[in-house]
Amino acid sequence: MAVLVIADHDGAHLRDTTLKTLSAAQGLSGDIDVLVYGEGVSAVAPQAASFAGVRKVLTAESPELKADIAEAVSALILSLADNYEAIAIPATASGKNFAPRIAAKLDVSLISDVIDVVSADTFTRPIYAGNALETIKTSDAKKVLTVRPTAFKAVTATGGSASVEAVSAPAVALKTRFVSDEKVTSDRPELGAAKVIVSGGRALGSAEEFTSVLEPLADKLGAAIGASRAAVDAGYAPNDYQVGQTGKVVAPDLYIAVGISGAIQHLAGMKDSKVIVAINKDPEAPIFQVADFGLVADYKTALPDLLKALG
Amino acid sequence: MKILVPVKRVLDYNVKVRVKSDQSGVDLANVKMAMNPFDEIAVEEAVRLKEKGTVTEIVAVSIGVAQAEAVLRTALAMGADRALLIQTDEDLEPLAVAKLLKAVAEEEKPDLIIMGKQAIDGDNNATGQILSTLLDWPQATFASKVEVSGSELLVTREVDGGLQTLGVALPAVVTTDLRLNEPRYASLPNIMKAKKKPLDTKAVADYGVDIAPRLSVLKVTEPAKRSAGIKVDSAEALVANLKTAGVL
Ligand SMILES: Cc1cc2nc3c(=O)[nH]c(=O)nc-3n(C[C@H](O)[C@H](O)[C@H](O)COP(=O)(O)OP(=O)(O)OC[C@H]3O[C@@H](n4cnc5c(N)ncnc54)[C@H](O)[C@@H]3O)c2cc1C
Ligand SMILES: Nc1ncnc2c1ncn2[C@@H]1O[C@H](COP(=O)(O)O)[C@@H](O)[C@H]1O
Repeated sequence: MAVLVIADHDGAHLRDTTLKTLSAAQGLSGDIDVLVYGEGVSAVAPQAASFAGVRKVLTAESPELKADIAEAVSALILSLADNYEAIAIPATASGKNFAPRIAAKLDVSLISDVIDVVSADTFTRPIYAGNALETIKTSDAKKVLTVRPTAFKAVTATGGSASVEAVSAPAVALKTRFVSDEKVTSDRPELGAAKVIVSGGRALGSAEEFTSVLEPLADKLGAAIGASRAAVDAGYAPNDYQVGQTGKVVAPDLYIAVGISGAIQHLAGMKDSKVIVAINKDPEAPIFQVADFGLVADYKTALPDLLKALG
Repeated sequence: MKILVPVKRVLDYNVKVRVKSDQSGVDLANVKMAMNPFDEIAVEEAVRLKEKGTVTEIVAVSIGVAQAEAVLRTALAMGADRALLIQTDEDLEPLAVAKLLKAVAEEEKPDLIIMGKQAIDGDNNATGQILSTLLDWPQATFASKVEVSGSELLVTREVDGGLQTLGVALPAVVTTDLRLNEPRYASLPNIMKAKKKPLDTKAVADYGVDIAPRLSVLKVTEPAKRSAGIKVDSAEALVANLKTAGVL
């Protein structure tokens, strides 16, 4: 059986999410092809081709694909779908946007946020903010899955020499117009790929405080910065920083939560981190129930102390 | 302009989830249920558009058990004009829900459907996108800002890396993200008024769509618990522990 993996990339590099989705796809066995879409993806395609077990890399380019318009992306994938028994998509905001469209057109049930491939038709996925895990078996002949990247190890074995083949994007009469992008640029590692994450909550009180308190620590640790919903809602941090049930799911080696209470919706996005540190002045804060190391303290003194202790 | 708002009855987000010991599912007996929080945001947005004068009618629709009437009454109390309950005791997959909603949309002919990006029980994040596909209407998911501009809707979306703004032609499907608005609480007088607003009940069979499940749930289990660690009393002790743990 052949699987089509949809690549997530930044225009120059494949993201980690793609390597993890490849790993999930290997659990389905069989031939794996990778689709790289966007514009100017010639640098990215060979990266995908270099992984062991990749049979073929397909590329498709158009302005609509670059803008990631769901109608265009799903039409492209559907034009290829006949050749595959499964389509595996990273469960990013982008993937979640177009994956259900593919399932709808194929008249199959989407299986979202897969954390374990039990067999070719049986999968485990979190429900209720990760407070329960359901194992489901699908009767659909074709499977459309989104894969939760943090649940899989990135493929590392290279040495593959898959061919790269351009496919043309089907023409679609779009009723959607791209207006603008407002992307946050940063020299820090991306949240999804970072080994260390420093995350701030409502306690930080303002955007200035959020930045001036968390950045020095993140700089020192080479960390990405995350946030709770309360911090994002209050405008201390951009939306893209939100960690949780309805934000990003992360699993770094080290997650440092500063002034975050630990609501279940937040825990849903970080409780699979290897080591969790909580800094909170309330000893009863629920975050301490999942923290490996808890420091009951006011962040205003604890963070300068921590910086000093790190040397 | 007419807006259709699908709302789902789910376990209240504050309630602790208990997995049944026979692994058949999550225990929903005698626990507080409520409108899915993202759907409250959808209702609020519809009501705000109505208050601005661009919208003339808001119809709320829910598919679920008889008690889902309560979430429809909440929608009516927030400002929806009419409600429709498609009653079923079955737990439907997003594909089936979207097929029913499509049938409703074909009857009601709304100009806009605003719904939640995700129901916090199944966490599927799929129904809006499927509905848009089945209707062949444009979609704008994860909305943090919605603005009517002539026959077009300008929607700012929360995407990987920041925000994206799309213009979608009406009719369209929009799904809400957390930052779109802060839903109001229904006032007591409005709760009383809502009791008199029209609420229609129908059966799934009235729509003649295929709702056969594609997925069978083999088991529902509790995730591995994280054991609580230790409290340290200083930043120095924290750093020492992190070094021992090998993460520094
Ligand atoms: C549908 C839905 C989806 C949601 N999705 C998410 C999600 O994806 N991600 C998410 O994070 N949340 C999400 N939430 C929100 C979640 O329920 C919580 O409201 C939120 O996580 C709280 O953020 P917080 O911990 O920063 O704020 P609070 O709960 O207010 O906690 C602030 C903490 O800071 C501590 N503190 C205060 N001052 C200091 C100080 N000087 N020094 C040290 N500590 C201090 C306090 O003791 C407290 O524990 C969602 C909610 C809903 C309803
Ligand atoms: N049974 C239902 N009745 C009404 N609306 C629903 C139902 N199920 C899902 N929806 C809508 O679809 C959205 C996304 O749900 P889901 O795809 O299940 O995460 C919800 O926020 C609701 O607006």
